[in-house]
Formats: sequence, C-alpha cells, structure tokens
Amino acid sequence: MTTKPLIDKDDYQTKYGFHDPEKYLFKADKGLTRDVVIDISKRKSEPQWMLDFRLKAYDIYLSKPMPTWGNTQLLNAINFDDIYYYLKPSKNTADNWDQVPTDIKNTFTKLGIPQAEQKFLAGVTAQYDSEAVYHQINKELEKQGVIFLDMDAGLREFPDLVREYFGTVIPAMDNKFAALNSAVWSGGSFVYVPKNAKVALPLQAYFRINAEKAGQFERTLIIADEGSSVHYIEGCTAPTWSADALHSAVVELIAKKSAHIRYTTIQNWANNVYNLVTKRAVAHEDAFVEWVDGNLGSKITMKFPGVVLAGRGARAEILSCAFAGKGQHQDTGAKLVFAAPNTSGTIVSKSISKDGGRASYRGLVKVYPNATDVKVNVRCDALLLDEKSRSDTYPTMEINSERVNIGHEASVYKIGEEQLFYLQSRGLSESEATTMIVNGFFEAFTKELPLEYAVELNRLIQLEMEGAVG
Amino acid sequence: MASLLEIQDLHVDVDGKPILKGVNLRVEKGEIHALMGPNGSGKSTLSNVLMGHPKYTVTKGRILYNGEDITAEKTHLRARRGIFLAFQYPMAIPGVTVANFLRTSLKAVRGDEGAVKTFRKTLREKMALLEMPETFATRYVNDGFSGGEKKRLETLQMALLEPTLAVLDETDSGLDIDALRIVSTGINKIAGPNTGILVITHYQRILSYVKPHFVHVLMSGQIVHSGGAEMAQELEKKGYDWLKEEEKAVAA
Repeated sequence: MTTKPLIDKDDYQTKYGFHDPEKYLFKADKGLTRDVVIDISKRKSEPQWMLDFRLKAYDIYLSKPMPTWGNTQLLNAINFDDIYYYLKPSKNTADNWDQVPTDIKNTFTKLGIPQAEQKFLAGVTAQYDSEAVYHQINKELEKQGVIFLDMDAGLREFPDLVREYFGTVIPAMDNKFAALNSAVWSGGSFVYVPKNAKVALPLQAYFRINAEKAGQFERTLIIADEGSSVHYIEGCTAPTWSADALHSAVVELIAKKSAHIRYTTIQNWANNVYNLVTKRAVAHEDAFVEWVDGNLGSKITMKFPGVVLAGRGARAEILSCAFAGKGQHQDTGAKLVFAAPNTSGTIVSKSISKDGGRASYRGLVKVYPNATDVKVNVRCDALLLDEKSRSDTYPTMEINSERVNIGHEASVYKIGEEQLFYLQSRGLSESEATTMIVNGFFEAFTKELPLEYAVELNRLIQLEMEGAVG
Repeated sequence: MASLLEIQDLHVDVDGKPILKGVNLRVEKGEIHALMGPNGSGKSTLSNVLMGHPKYTVTKGRILYNGEDITAEKTHLRARRGIFLAFQYPMAIPGVTVANFLRTSLKAVRGDEGAVKTFRKTLREKMALLEMPETFATRYVNDGFSGGEKKRLETLQMALLEPTLAVLDETDSGLDIDALRIVSTGINKIAGPNTGILVITHYQRILSYVKPHFVHVLMSGQIVHSGGAEMAQELEKKGYDWLKEEEKAVAA
C-alpha cells in the first residue's frame, strides 16, 4: 500500500480544466438575436406557447437594465455578443453510456459520473453545453411514477404538466438573467414526484461546459407532490478557457403539502465562468425545502437561493458555503419570504476568502403582514485567510408582521497564530494545519452532504488552498 | 552518547523583551524532570520555545535534540522528531472532530499507514485508560470543553503519539483530584526507559502522582536551583522567596 500525502498535488487544470475538440452537431451564430431565439425553439420542435414564452422573455431581457447593485464592474464587463447561446453536442440523449459520443463519454468518465451512478444514485442526467447527452433513471422509481427527464424531454413528453408550472416560481420579469434564461433555455432537469412517493437515493444532474465562449442556460423544474420527498444533486465544472463563459440557470422548486425537497449543489466552475443563477422554491402547507449550496470557482457567482413559505407550517433551511480565491467574487446568500403563519426558516452561510478573493453574503428576510408566529434564524460566518482578502455582508430584513422571532448572528474569523501553532505542534505543516481549520469551518456544510460528496468537497477545498485552481 | 534534550545557555526574547536569560538543562531518556517556579519566571516561554513557537526569538544559545541542533527547526518537524507539548491553554478547532484530528496527527507524526490502520483500536484503548467516554471522539477539538476535558485531551494525544520527549505545561492547573489522578496515569503510562518527561508546574501537587527524578527552579529567566524529588516539598512549604534571597546573596 502506498502512502498518500495529506494533500494531493492535483490541480483544476488536470482534473476539470481540460476540454474536448469542438465537434458540435449544431452551433448557433455568436451573439443573441430574436432569430437565435426562434431557431432554438424550432430546432427543439417546441409548441407555440413555449416559443411565445421565449420571445416575450427576450423582449424583457432587452428592456431590463443590468443590475445596479452587486459587483457592477464585473457585470458590465460581460460581452453578450461574444457568447454562443446554443451548442448541440449530439443527436440524441442516450440512455446507455456506450451510445454517448466517445470524447464526451470520456469526459464524464474522467469526472467520475458513470461510476457515481452505479454506486449511489437513483438517476443521472449529464448535460454537455446546451443539451443532455445521457439520461437514466432507476426502473423502480419509474414504476412508482417518478418522472426524471432532461427539461427538453420533459416538455415533449409532459407538455401540460410543464406548462402548468414552468415560470410560475421565477417569471421572466424577475431579473435580467432570469429573462435571458427564459429566452434561450436549453437542458436542465424536469422532476415530478407523485403523491407520497419517497425517492430514497439522490437524483443527480451534472452540467459540463466544454466550448470556448459558451453560454449554458439550463432550466430546472422540480415538483414534489403531496407527502412526497426527493433529494436532487447537481454538480458543475468547465474547462479553463481564457475567454469568459456564461452560466445562467433558472431553478424552480414546488413543494406541495407536506412534501420535502432537498436540492444540493456543488459547483466548481473554472475561473473564467460568469455564474449568474436564479433559484427559488415555493413551500406549501407543512412542506420542507432545503437548499444546500456549495460555491467554488467561477469569476463571479451571484446566487441567492430562495424559499417562499406560502403555506401554514412550511419550513425552509438554506445552507450556503462559498470559497472566494484569487480574482473571484462569490456574491451569494439566501432569501426567505414568509407569506403564511407558523412558518420557520434558517439561513446558515459560511464563506472563505483567500488570495485577494471576495465573499459577500447577501440575504433577504421578508415577512408579510399575514405571516404571524414566524421563526427565523440567520447566521453568517466569514473566514479571512489573509489581509488581502475581503468579506462583506448585506443583510436585508423587511418585517411587517407581529409575533416574529428573529435571530441574526454574523462573525468574521481569522486563523489565529495560536491555532496554527497548536496543530503544527501535532505534526501538521502550516498548509495542512490551515486546511484542517478550513475544513472544520465548512463542516456544518459538508456534514449535510452524502459521504462521497463530502469527501469530494474536502478535496476541492484542498485544491483551492494550494491556489492551484484554474 | 548525546542527551535526549540539551538546552545550552538559552536566551529568549518575546516582543523584544528578554524572558529567558541563559537557561541550561539536560534531560536524558528515562528521566522525569520537574520545572517549578513562580508566575512570570519564564516557564511557559521555555515550553513554547522548545516547540518552536514563532512569537519567541532565540537570541543566544542552542537546543539540541539527540545531539542535533533544532533551535531553528519548524514546529511540525520537531513534532515529527517525537517532541510533544501538552498545552496549558489548548486551542479549539471548531468543526474538526477529536477522532479526525488524532488520526491526522498520528499520520503526520508517524508518517506510516501502520499506526493509522490500528488507529480505532488504539484510540479505544487509550480512551479507556484515561476513563473517557467513546462519544468524546466525535466532539469537536476543545470546542466548549471544560478545563479538565481539555487537559484530558492533551493527555490522550500524548498517549496516542507516544513521544520521546513530553513537555507538560501546567497540565495540572485547574484540575480536580479525579482528573489529576487520570492525567497522571497517562503521564506515568508513557514514562519509560526511552522517554524523557519535563513537567512544568507551579505547584507540587502533581508531583505526588508523577515522581520526578530531578526538580529545577526557574526564576527570572534562569534555573537557580536543581535538586532531587524532595525539593518539591520544600518549595511547597517554604515558597520561592527564600530562593530569591539566596539568589541575591549569590549575586552579591
């Protein structure tokens, strides 16, 4: 047996930053026009209502200004004309890895997706740029009536169900990037869990950007019917290109009465990716929604998973962690909107900044007048690893109701000399000691992940700690 | 043959202020030494500088370990040589479990998989010896620990890492009689023909459980007196003042 070093010497470039030669079945012209939107819809043979939806969203996208808050300097640097909005990698979505084009299959094998599928997943969708190239679901689940498809297939096979819910949680009007996604969306997941069905093993989607200057606009819709439960996991990586890529997803969750949805994200984008994502859930009576959101990599991430507590007794937990390394801005946080009585919610945010990186917590807690007896707890911890790095918090509270119990704690830590000395006196080098403290800091997050993902996340953090990423 | 530990004319500054002013001390394998002295005499400085704390600057003198000069060596490399410091104020590492911390440390110090393979079994044995419940291993390192629990964890680490030189900095302070007995059991367990032990303490209380071969008195940054085990009782009875007088008399 060989002795493994405490810290692997891998780097992002070798593990994730590689790319395949570009052999696309179809690549739209660069830039976004009305014709590109129409073309995407036509190529997908969509119903008229979806084309109308896209075109309306396109108009909204054009009419909405860029956000005037957040890191406007980075946002305004996006060159929307220098991005490919639709890249179709293969003819069909395969249900057998052997039918996936070799390059693409090798990429996913290198990322460990088929292996994970065999070991501990109930279903997998693998998306490569704009389309799913592979999709499979456990037959038992299918028998129970669980639907797990890529979004395009969902629209083809269950148009009425999709039409009923699509864009109801996050309308195109929501923000400029939600409008952009609504206009050019492609891929993503469609999940429907029937009444009282319990999906024991997680469903996973993996999103891979391959092409240079690619835009990835997946669209995910998860509906958990009354009394059902589901855990959905997404992972994301991209090659290290010198030109910027844009990832702008929309994720809508609907948890009906007494349903439970847990949505886990571990994204690990290359440092040239703009990651501007809108995620929101509606929790009906006695429903429980959890966002477990891990953000590594990217140039800038703006993502604030939200839950609207719309039914009496609904609960929400949002757990967010972010690692901001050199040249990165992780602008993340959470939103809780209380619109019904006896609802409760928790936000825990953990961020680490290193090598001049910046981590911002941006949160909203809003309580409507009819929402009485609300309990909410917000906690954000930031860890600064050096003097160059930055952390800030922008908490907003709008409380318009009586009988609201609010707790809010925020703290900023630095790794102390005494802490390091203590660990070094037990044989750990300085970097091993720092990594241990960092892993401990994120523990509240990693302990919520399935074991395999927790191990993976700790490894990714090690990579970040070595500064070898991207 | 070289001594296990040899401190030669050690001068140490903290923030530019001289604290140790020429300490000489030799610890051989198989020996238990007690270093006593009043508050502010430099006891903790000596323990920290033996472990290589970056805040302490050696301005003169050397520390030899098995004949090798380790005065400028990094802390983790000293630990890997087998030097162990039981802290007076151990630090909390939130989110890191005792088991994970101990496993990582054992792997770092031993550098082989063998010790790690039998880790669970060894840990259970050592915890039983120190009368610690198994749930202790799943708690976060020193996070919310009582003073006694912190000292027990220090003792557990020592028992697991089996150092060749153990320096115990005020390990007895703040312990009730049961905890003191348990901690002493741990110290006596690692004592043996291949180990040197340096017990740094303000009181002689622990020395009725851990019998030293030699007792040294540190005052104003120098060892002013060395003797046998009986000296501890004498210090307990008479305090440190008479040594101060003696020191003055010698200086004059």
